[in-house]
Amino acid sequence: MNRKTLAAAFPFTVPVLMGYLAIGMAFGLMLQSAGYGVVWAFMMSLTIYAGSGQYLGVSLLATGAPLPQVAFLTLMINFRHLVYGLSMLEKFRGMGVRKLYMMFSLTDETYALLSSARPPEGVEEHDFYFCVALLDHCYWIAGSVIGSLAGAALGFDTTGVDFAMTALFLVIAVGQWKAAGSHLPALLGAAATLVSLLLVGAEDMLLPALGIIVLVLTLLRPRLDESRPAQQARSQEVTP
Amino acid sequence: MMLTTGQAVASIAVMAAVTFLTRALPFLLFDRGDHPPRLVLYLGKVLPPAIIAMLIVYCLKGISFAAPGGWVPTLLAGGAAVLLHLWKGNDLLSIFGATVLYMVLVQGVFG
Repeated sequence: MNRKTLAAAFPFTVPVLMGYLAIGMAFGLMLQSAGYGVVWAFMMSLTIYAGSGQYLGVSLLATGAPLPQVAFLTLMINFRHLVYGLSMLEKFRGMGVRKLYMMFSLTDETYALLSSARPPEGVEEHDFYFCVALLDHCYWIAGSVIGSLAGAALGFDTTGVDFAMTALFLVIAVGQWKAAGSHLPALLGAAATLVSLLLVGAEDMLLPALGIIVLVLTLLRPRLDESRPAQQARSQEVTP
Repeated sequence: MMLTTGQAVASIAVMAAVTFLTRALPFLLFDRGDHPPRLVLYLGKVLPPAIIAMLIVYCLKGISFAAPGGWVPTLLAGGAAVLLHLWKGNDLLSIFGATVLYMVLVQGVFG
């Protein structure tokens, strides 16, 4: 990585710079108001590096969730990353040791940048990708540290700042709703969670809800799986 | 409930490890040209909206209808987030606008 690559990559990452500073600051503030200071914010953003995952993490830390629940919920909220990786297999091939970092740093935003951005003339492709990923990670860490310090130094009343998590999920849901072919998964998610909330209560609602969601979605696959239209499924039955 | 430092470090380590695993798994499983199972691809597409809806309900679990302060701020700020996002489509504006509105409502109006 050299200055030229850095200079080429930076302009591509400016939208993420704005976004990560803001969402990272809200994370730092939330974590601070949950009783975890700047060292915690720095360590979480350095090692976890996931927006919605860390927002949920604040809530898991604040409620003292047991480790199996932490593991399972983190797995579920990050499940979409499985799909991101699949479309980056080709791009990251041959990156050697840096590929480990590319996998680690594949957030929603970095994924979006890497799937659209092309390196300018004369800049090595893999250096460029690495540079974009590294810059994004730095913005995220900077945002959460600034938010945490601001929460501690200014000492203003942060009651209600945790609504940023609800707002983030609502915003993601609006985007998904507009893009989705079927609204059934979203409606199912809400309904299953409400049922679970009423049956087992707020403390343990998430695991049963997830169980219902995965089970019902698997059962609904013949109806919802667009990559497997009925005709194709039928012709597959004929061909051994 | 406040965790001990060791418990909090363990929680964060688990979050970090699992997050890395979800990002690395496609490369570990399919980098040699194997075709991903259709069920995985299907779940990868339909799970995210269901999970986000689940998390929204999870975020709203603290609502109480005993007094207006228990649900009106959430309703107004949640509505603001959705409407702002439908109107401008700017993540930051929607998240910050709604959060500031919520903070003003719970601290000032209903506080």
